[in-house]
Amino acid sequence: MEKKISWVSKIPPFKQLRMSFGVQRAMLIAGLILVSSFLLVAALAPWLAPYGFAQLQNDNGDYFGAQVPPNSIHLLGTTVGGFDVLSRVIWGTQTAVLVIVVAVTLSIFVGIILGLTSGYFGGWIDRVLVVVADAVYAFPSLLLAIALSIVISGGRSGLFTGILAAAMSITVIFIPQYFRAVRAETLRVKQEAYVESAKVLGASSLRIMIRHILRNATRTLPLIFTLNASEAILTLAGLGFLGFGIDPTMGAEWGYDLNRSVSDVSAGIWWTSIFPGLAIVLVVVGNTLVGESLNDLADPRLRTRQGADVDELE
Amino acid sequence: MANKTKGGGSLLRYLGVRLLLIFPTVLILVTMVFLIMRTIGDPITAALGGKLSNAELAIRITAAGYDRPILIQYFEYLGQVFTGNFGSTLTTNKPITDLLATYGMATLELVIYALIVAFLVGIPLGMLAAKKRDTGTDAGLRLFAILAYATPVFFVGLLLKLVFAVAWPILPVSGRASINTELAITLMDNPSGIYLVDAIRLGNGQMVLDVLSHAILPGLALGLLTAGIFLRLVRTNMIGTLNTDYVEAARSRGVRESRLVTHHALRPALIPIITVIGMQLAVLLGGAVLTETTFEWKGLGFQLAQYLTARDYVAVQGIVALLAVIVALTNFLVDVIVALVDPRVKF
Repeated sequence: MEKKISWVSKIPPFKQLRMSFGVQRAMLIAGLILVSSFLLVAALAPWLAPYGFAQLQNDNGDYFGAQVPPNSIHLLGTTVGGFDVLSRVIWGTQTAVLVIVVAVTLSIFVGIILGLTSGYFGGWIDRVLVVVADAVYAFPSLLLAIALSIVISGGRSGLFTGILAAAMSITVIFIPQYFRAVRAETLRVKQEAYVESAKVLGASSLRIMIRHILRNATRTLPLIFTLNASEAILTLAGLGFLGFGIDPTMGAEWGYDLNRSVSDVSAGIWWTSIFPGLAIVLVVVGNTLVGESLNDLADPRLRTRQGADVDELE
Repeated sequence: MANKTKGGGSLLRYLGVRLLLIFPTVLILVTMVFLIMRTIGDPITAALGGKLSNAELAIRITAAGYDRPILIQYFEYLGQVFTGNFGSTLTTNKPITDLLATYGMATLELVIYALIVAFLVGIPLGMLAAKKRDTGTDAGLRLFAILAYATPVFFVGLLLKLVFAVAWPILPVSGRASINTELAITLMDNPSGIYLVDAIRLGNGQMVLDVLSHAILPGLALGLLTAGIFLRLVRTNMIGTLNTDYVEAARSRGVRESRLVTHHALRPALIPIITVIGMQLAVLLGGAVLTETTFEWKGLGFQLAQYLTARDYVAVQGIVALLAVIVALTNFLVDVIVALVDPRVKF
């Protein structure tokens, strides 16, 4: 029991919250507030949103009308397609959560498995994987996302295919990052005496990797995790903005709404672009604040005066 | 990132290894693009399916060789790429490399503006943040850097447009230049494709101003993203170098704090910037696609978006592969520069 409690207090945000102070603490708290309100809005979207994301008419069958400025019925106005802006912003949080979950889960799994294997066994597998990881890392992620969205959905997306395209391209880009981080840590951890003793006791490689190395090799992951989540949202929005996003009747996606608002902007219609754009910014800022704070608190150079050896932080 | 070889060896050996590494990198990237793009089947059906009868489609597919085994097509494609041939667009039948020559300069011009913005904004502010570490100024600047990263370039673009082109119309909404300027540049001998250079060569002050006024908003939109990254990097590295012994020694000799920042700590803090420029190029090219679409800046990214809409996936494959190769080559150059500039990189 006692063991479990100490483990919970070691979960990234809580542990760092205790050790932080001053500006760093303020940043971390602000980030946590933004992230949790984002998750809350996503969970409560059906109750918070005044209308459906694809709803065009009210209960009496009257159309909302296109590009209606913010008023008492449509607090944030309506879009060029006649959707309620507020509702689409709120429903959009669900799409954003989905893309984060899919992208992060995929890249963590593949990245960790590859990083562990590569770091533990070394040899030619390791060399090949490092070269591949470096090559993929340099690939412009949006271009990859475009290519993948064409393959997955022929460019016209439903909710799931649109999310999958963005999530998979982000996965491909982020696998190398998890891979590098886990591999570097694995190389470090596998020198430790307890790994050595596990080997002597005859533990299998799989058991050593999972029980002894993995648990101790995930130090730098929270930072990559938050970056990964942010990139997933930004890529989905980028795809949507280029017209490869999710069909408006299938799901609410902020990038798509921004795409449709480009011509509005020239006509001085501001409410169709500002609000979905702000939604993206707030979510990514929240994520980044959390990630940055975790990074600073993990980096001895930034936390205290000078430190021991600092791992490459990328 | 610099791949440091383990044992001894020399700079030359490192550069040689790094040069050889370009080939697998390019091979991996090109293969990836090929595999992804060909999973959808043959590009001719994708582009023209529904417009032509099945018989006509079949004739075209055979003529283009898309009915052969995929492996043969792959090796043929590889052979082409390594001889610098990225194929031709399906819809307009233009070689991809011609597209690069025609529109690449526009994208290059945009990327250069963005880098100028990033340097002018990111480096001084990063120095300031490091100097005022853990104060309100520092927190504000870091928040700015986070906002710069968190705001999608197209949203920055739309906001800038709303403010400076619509609400307070002092700058043009879109395009690279007004029609007169564009015409004059198209008609001149050997235009470089970089409008600012061409306008200067024409010697027309009005046109230079016109080109510059069109460049401000797109340059800012794309540049701010990188500026935020530079800011963070300079801050982090400078905090590190400001704590080193040699800076401490200079401080104890009575060197002023501001001089420590600008003279002693700046140079080592700038080296990671060079490395990151290579990494940023991938981001900038992706961002350029979005910025060009936002501002109708007729560069490679704008063309890519056009071909996407036209479902010309041969063109998309070509442009994406070409950009990937450019990124790989630039990263190599960056590593070479870092190796030559940074005395601390050991081989």
